[in-house]
Amino acid sequence: MSSSDSDHDRDHDRDRDLTSRSAAGLAAAVRSGEVSAREVVDAHLARIEALDGSVHAFLHVTADGARARADALDAQRRSDGPESLPPLAGVPVAVKDVLCTRGVPTTCGSRILEGWLPPYDATVVARLEASGAIAVGKANMDEFAMGSSTENSAFGPTHNPWDLGRVPGGSSGGSAAAVAAGFAPLALGTDTGGSIRQPAALCGVVGVKPTYGRVSRYGVVAFASSLDQVGPFARTVEDAALLLEAVWGHDPADSTSIPTPCEPILPGLERGVAGLRVGVVRELTEVDGIQPEVSAALEQAVKLLEQAGATLDSVSVPSAIYGLPAYYLIAPAEASSNLARFDGIRYGLRVVPGEPGSANAAAMNGATRHAGFGAEVKRRIMLGTYALSAGYYDAYYGQAQRVRTLIIRDFDRAYEHFDVLLSPTTPTTAFPLGDKVDDPLAMYLSDVCTIPTNLAGAAAMSIPAGLDGSGLPIGVQVLAPGLGEAVMFRVARALELGFGFAARARPGGPA
Amino acid sequence: MSELTREQVRHVAKLARLDLSDDELDRFTGQLAGILDHAARVSALDTDGVPPTAHPFPMVNVLRPDVVKPSLDRDEVLACAPDARDGRFRVPRILEDEA
Amino acid sequence: MTPPEPSTPSTPSAPTTPSETDAPDTIEVGLDGHADGWELVVGLEVHVELATATKLFCGCANEFGQEPNTNVCPVCLGLPGALPVLNELVVEYALRVGEAFHFDVPAQSVFARKNYFYPDMPKNFQTSQYDEPICLGGHLDVDGVRITITRAHMEEDTGKTTHVGGGGRIHDADFSLVDYNRAGVPLLEIVSEPDIRSSEQAKAYASELRATLEAIGVSDVKMEEGSMRVDANVSVRRRGSDGFGTRTETKNVNSIRSLGRAIEYERARQIEVLEAGGRVVQETRHWNENDGQTHSMRSKEEAYDYRYFPEPDLVPVAPTPEMRAAVRAAMPELPAARRDRLVAAWAITERDAAALLGTPGLADYAEAAVSALEALEALEALAVDGARGGSPRDIVNWVNGEIAGHLNETGSSPAALSLAPAALAELVGLVAAGTISRNQAKDVLGEALADGRRPARIVTDRGLAQVSDESSLGSVIDGILAANADAVAEYRAGDDKARKKKRGFFMGEAMKALAGQGNPQVLNRLLDEKLEGNG
Repeated sequence: MSSSDSDHDRDHDRDRDLTSRSAAGLAAAVRSGEVSAREVVDAHLARIEALDGSVHAFLHVTADGARARADALDAQRRSDGPESLPPLAGVPVAVKDVLCTRGVPTTCGSRILEGWLPPYDATVVARLEASGAIAVGKANMDEFAMGSSTENSAFGPTHNPWDLGRVPGGSSGGSAAAVAAGFAPLALGTDTGGSIRQPAALCGVVGVKPTYGRVSRYGVVAFASSLDQVGPFARTVEDAALLLEAVWGHDPADSTSIPTPCEPILPGLERGVAGLRVGVVRELTEVDGIQPEVSAALEQAVKLLEQAGATLDSVSVPSAIYGLPAYYLIAPAEASSNLARFDGIRYGLRVVPGEPGSANAAAMNGATRHAGFGAEVKRRIMLGTYALSAGYYDAYYGQAQRVRTLIIRDFDRAYEHFDVLLSPTTPTTAFPLGDKVDDPLAMYLSDVCTIPTNLAGAAAMSIPAGLDGSGLPIGVQVLAPGLGEAVMFRVARALELGFGFAARARPGGPA
Repeated sequence: MSELTREQVRHVAKLARLDLSDDELDRFTGQLAGILDHAARVSALDTDGVPPTAHPFPMVNVLRPDVVKPSLDRDEVLACAPDARDGRFRVPRILEDEA
Repeated sequence: MTPPEPSTPSTPSAPTTPSETDAPDTIEVGLDGHADGWELVVGLEVHVELATATKLFCGCANEFGQEPNTNVCPVCLGLPGALPVLNELVVEYALRVGEAFHFDVPAQSVFARKNYFYPDMPKNFQTSQYDEPICLGGHLDVDGVRITITRAHMEEDTGKTTHVGGGGRIHDADFSLVDYNRAGVPLLEIVSEPDIRSSEQAKAYASELRATLEAIGVSDVKMEEGSMRVDANVSVRRRGSDGFGTRTETKNVNSIRSLGRAIEYERARQIEVLEAGGRVVQETRHWNENDGQTHSMRSKEEAYDYRYFPEPDLVPVAPTPEMRAAVRAAMPELPAARRDRLVAAWAITERDAAALLGTPGLADYAEAAVSALEALEALEALAVDGARGGSPRDIVNWVNGEIAGHLNETGSSPAALSLAPAALAELVGLVAAGTISRNQAKDVLGEALADGRRPARIVTDRGLAQVSDESSLGSVIDGILAANADAVAEYRAGDDKARKKKRGFFMGEAMKALAGQGNPQVLNRLLDEKLEGNG
């Protein structure tokens, strides 16, 4: 090659610059012509190539498709002008591998779906494409979104970019790590019990679980249908709002999609929090084993919001402590049914046991599921099947659904006095890989603060709130009533300004 | 509530159409008992007269018009299948009492 | 609740042989439910495929007989990520059924997942309704007896499996092939109470149910194509006992007649088991049309555990007063009312009216033919040559006779007949006008059914028209009487018996002379006139 070392350094610096910019900044730069969409995509692909070997945020990188899409957008800008570009034109995005992408492998982190090419796009994937955002790859995840560390991926864990010896959280660990590592400024994940917020907290990025029904679930491989919700990851609150506004809204293909119009977030993002009433949820703050630095970060968040003019008080949501046990009945029950379709007949893996020709369909089903599912998925299928089975339904699933009603009522009462609520996102910062793999219950406890929101169907998001003594990110959680995204984002924005995290901190790890 | 036997676990695995090794059976019996112990805490709450929540946002009558939309291309559908023949999905023989 | 419904075996039931068709419905145990100290108890579960354009939860076409796996999409194939959206016409049809059978329609009904594994079910759960169905507590009056209908609920159909090798039998097959075109087709399951006490009553109930479903336009109710499937829950008990015996569920009954046979078989079998000191096993049994027996499919002794729970991907159905009022306003005439109307308007018997309504499409066919007949009479001047007169009763006689017979033989449906209702009216007109005799009309009908030619055309083609012209018939008679003067004299001198004999002779000679085409009524009248009057 003829390029000199200094050319190479210049390219490298430029790539670093592009991969640390916000989505809003990149979209503006592409629109203005400062950079082409192709340059933006190439910079991010180069960073993925250089660093994802150690992070393993992606299961599948769609480099060719991304470049082709970038070239098409650049051509569109030349022929039809910058105004013709959609809002996120040229912005790379990582897509959790639980979202169906037509003709692109979609595995959900499972052997049972290895090699499957969906014949259709999820609604959010289609909307992403329409927004001009460019999918650069399918992000790693806990198998079928069951897990809190991404160690349950059948294709190997993702490493936390802040400390490669630690987990990125889960189940959307690949999405969180991709954004933290600068592989893409945006990512989509799903959150069933905290699977966006918990990895966002552990990776030092913003993660949003929107109101249930706000974002279409069509084409999202189901874990627990009444709890699953798609949401954005970003390094800034504004970017998270941009991505959410690009994909949310009513979808007639999802019967649980809310038809009422979405109140835009961005226009009011900078309105501040003066006069807002913020409640700190006692039950989610005083959890067992909470790391002192996490409590300290929450206290700092309280001070920041008070300084910004909000009224802070503590509030009790008594039934919230029953969220975790209720969740571990409801989610596995729904999952046991949702995952029944993986039987080796229509798609994915098939394992035929015994002598050739001797097997029957049922034996094939059982062997396929045995070989295709990992331990955590099997555990939850078993748990859910048991919770629904004759004689146990009322005591387990039925009771959990009634507890759900109580949690909703308690939150409703809290929101009579408060506009938003506040809590830690997770009790601790990122834990070492392998720490909890043999103790499912300990792993489940890392979702104790995030689960109640899923049961209530409400909105919540995690904001970076500094680093602990080991240099690991801490998250705080802003909770809002259903459809309360706009006010939730205002509070998140105020915390972002107060903590100054996005402006100052970058993962030191692989970069 | 949490007295889970190995036989019960075996029965549940059968319902779930999931082969388990002896090792898995042993491991899951212990682990599921522990998780169920924790989950059984929900029974501590008094829920008399409390209706269950199936949907966080109650809606009714989400309906679509009876209008035909294009189906998938059969070749694309069958290309996903582990085994197909004569335009159909091929499976090992089915026992009558499988269900 | 219904047990899982395994795929229909690939081997279609062989067509019934004539000897079987002629065999009596009953085995010696007895016709009614009370013979031999045993009482029969029957409840029927009827699955009806709804005649919508699309499936229950997706926009794939709901069509019978397409190439395998061509009417499939992510939703009905159960692809990961796909979600159901309920077809509004299915709800409307369910509400029509609610009206027709006097059901309560609760304020809210809910879909549930019925979880079990079977290769014909893409998600390995069936989306159905469980404890909150759309219709509860209806009834149907059959021959003066009220049969309570427990419930009607919406659910999706399964795909179809074909078993290859091993003679097509499921168990011995080498492998099976699955077609999901039928998966997701909307079904309504209508479950009766065990109120039925005889096979005749079961047949009458199923027949009336079918006629009603046909009348309200929700299904094409073809039992032979599986768009109406009747499963019979049968038990017996000692007469006078209040409790119920152990029941069996018999599937694969492909006609109303087979339903009666299957119930009678089951009854006799169960009584035999019990009288030998045995015990009836609760199980699903399969009716075999060929050997006229039911066969055990699988034991229900190990109860199924379907793990029902509310379908989280769908929201409840809450029929509004407006939805219900619209359905009520559009309700068509139901079979009972239609029977009464036809009996009164056409002067036919109850039995004739019931027969018309007992075959899907037959009453519509008859009504169309009667309309055509009335139009023919109104336009007599323009009518096909010689076709006028005739009554609705004549139409009904043909429809319930030759035409019903033809449908039975060919397995065709009235709508598919090559003889249009107007053509039948024409035939009746030709007979009424004396253009052809009733016996000739039978031949004409046969040809018309075979090749679709109009009756008038067949009459012309074959030169069948009767000679009704009085002057030509008169001259024929004159010639015969003149040539047989002796016989005329004997006639006039003879007693009644002798006169009758001679008269038959003169008619025979006249018909011979006319090559069988003389109009017998006119000939009779002219003969009388010439022998009695001025002759």
